[in-house]
Amino acid sequence: MDIIIIGSGPAGISAALYAKRAGADVTVISRGRGALEKAEKIENYYGLAEPVTGAELEANGIAGAKRLGVNFIEDEVVGVAMNDDFTGLVVQTPNRTCDAKAVVLSAGSTRLAPKIPGLKELEGKGVSYCAICDAFFYRQKIVAVLGEGEYALHEAEILLPHASKVMLFTNGKEPVVEIPDTIEVHKEKVIAVEAENENGMERVCGLRAEGGALTPVNGLFIALGTAGSVDLARKIGAGTENNRVVVDGDMATNVPGLYAAGDCTGGLLQVVKAAYEGAVAGLAAAKYARRS
Amino acid sequence: MAVTVLNKDNFKNEVLKADKPVLVDFWATWCGPCRMMAPVVEKIAEEHPEIKVCKVDIDENPELAQMFNVMSIPTLAAFKDGQLTGTAVGYQPKENVMRLFA
Repeated sequence: MDIIIIGSGPAGISAALYAKRAGADVTVISRGRGALEKAEKIENYYGLAEPVTGAELEANGIAGAKRLGVNFIEDEVVGVAMNDDFTGLVVQTPNRTCDAKAVVLSAGSTRLAPKIPGLKELEGKGVSYCAICDAFFYRQKIVAVLGEGEYALHEAEILLPHASKVMLFTNGKEPVVEIPDTIEVHKEKVIAVEAENENGMERVCGLRAEGGALTPVNGLFIALGTAGSVDLARKIGAGTENNRVVVDGDMATNVPGLYAAGDCTGGLLQVVKAAYEGAVAGLAAAKYARRS
Repeated sequence: MAVTVLNKDNFKNEVLKADKPVLVDFWATWCGPCRMMAPVVEKIAEEHPEIKVCKVDIDENPELAQMFNVMSIPTLAAFKDGQLTGTAVGYQPKENVMRLFA
């Protein structure tokens, strides 16, 4: 495929429209409700004689893109990576792996990680956001994944062949996917990430649950909810800052062929801003795909 | 200046006994963010002769990663006078890396 767009909100659909009209082969992958769908009434967007619901605007956007020949896949993206010879990108879902010349991240902004004491402080000292990068450090060790969905399961499955034991901590939630028996599920709320100190060097040693029980772990991988644009960007090595993806004037990240648009780049959380950024990203991605 | 490739045999001389501040990039071939970090690190080596820039392939030198408690890659580590003075984890733009030497 030429271009894969992750997310079907105003940024993703605008990117799809502009890339498609520029002659690219475009596929949108998305699943679930975005921020727009939840908006009750929109009356500050150009061209609306009467207010519309977010859901209506979104449905119209998708219908228009389909009319132009944009492909749609309903699936949850759990990873974006470079292909094996570093000549293009691959988009991973639980059901498929798709090659793309260019990818637009437009899956909205993600909420920040929960404020569990130790989580931020121990980043890089046992707390990790990338299983594929860091599984190596946990050979024959005990690891936990914090999360409850496909994304957490994907990270856990990367760790399984390396670690001696993989646990899933849902932090008070019910798992939304079926978890295989090889992964131990803990549903209790995590109140602290505990560390030990060896020769002046701190590292994660366990998770403290509500009620006081300590489960020993050597590492904790964060994969809450669905993977948002910032999560995906971070794992491929795109610059992120304060929970937003860093882009240039073409909406390009530092990763060749990877663009981002909409809420995930920060600033105004508005349809008009998402649509503009999507248009720029779509055109730039189409140009990039033509060249590569 | 070129980036110095480190292993367990030259680490002490190149880093701990260096006569200027040292930047060490702990990386591995399979790690996407590490691939993105490489050109940034090379640029720093080019533009900042006052800093010695080195890299460690943790796959070939797990003992060096362990010695400095590296558990996520990429990890950028700053050394001065034989002491580890700061680290940054994950892809970082040049300005962030240079902040380790501020």
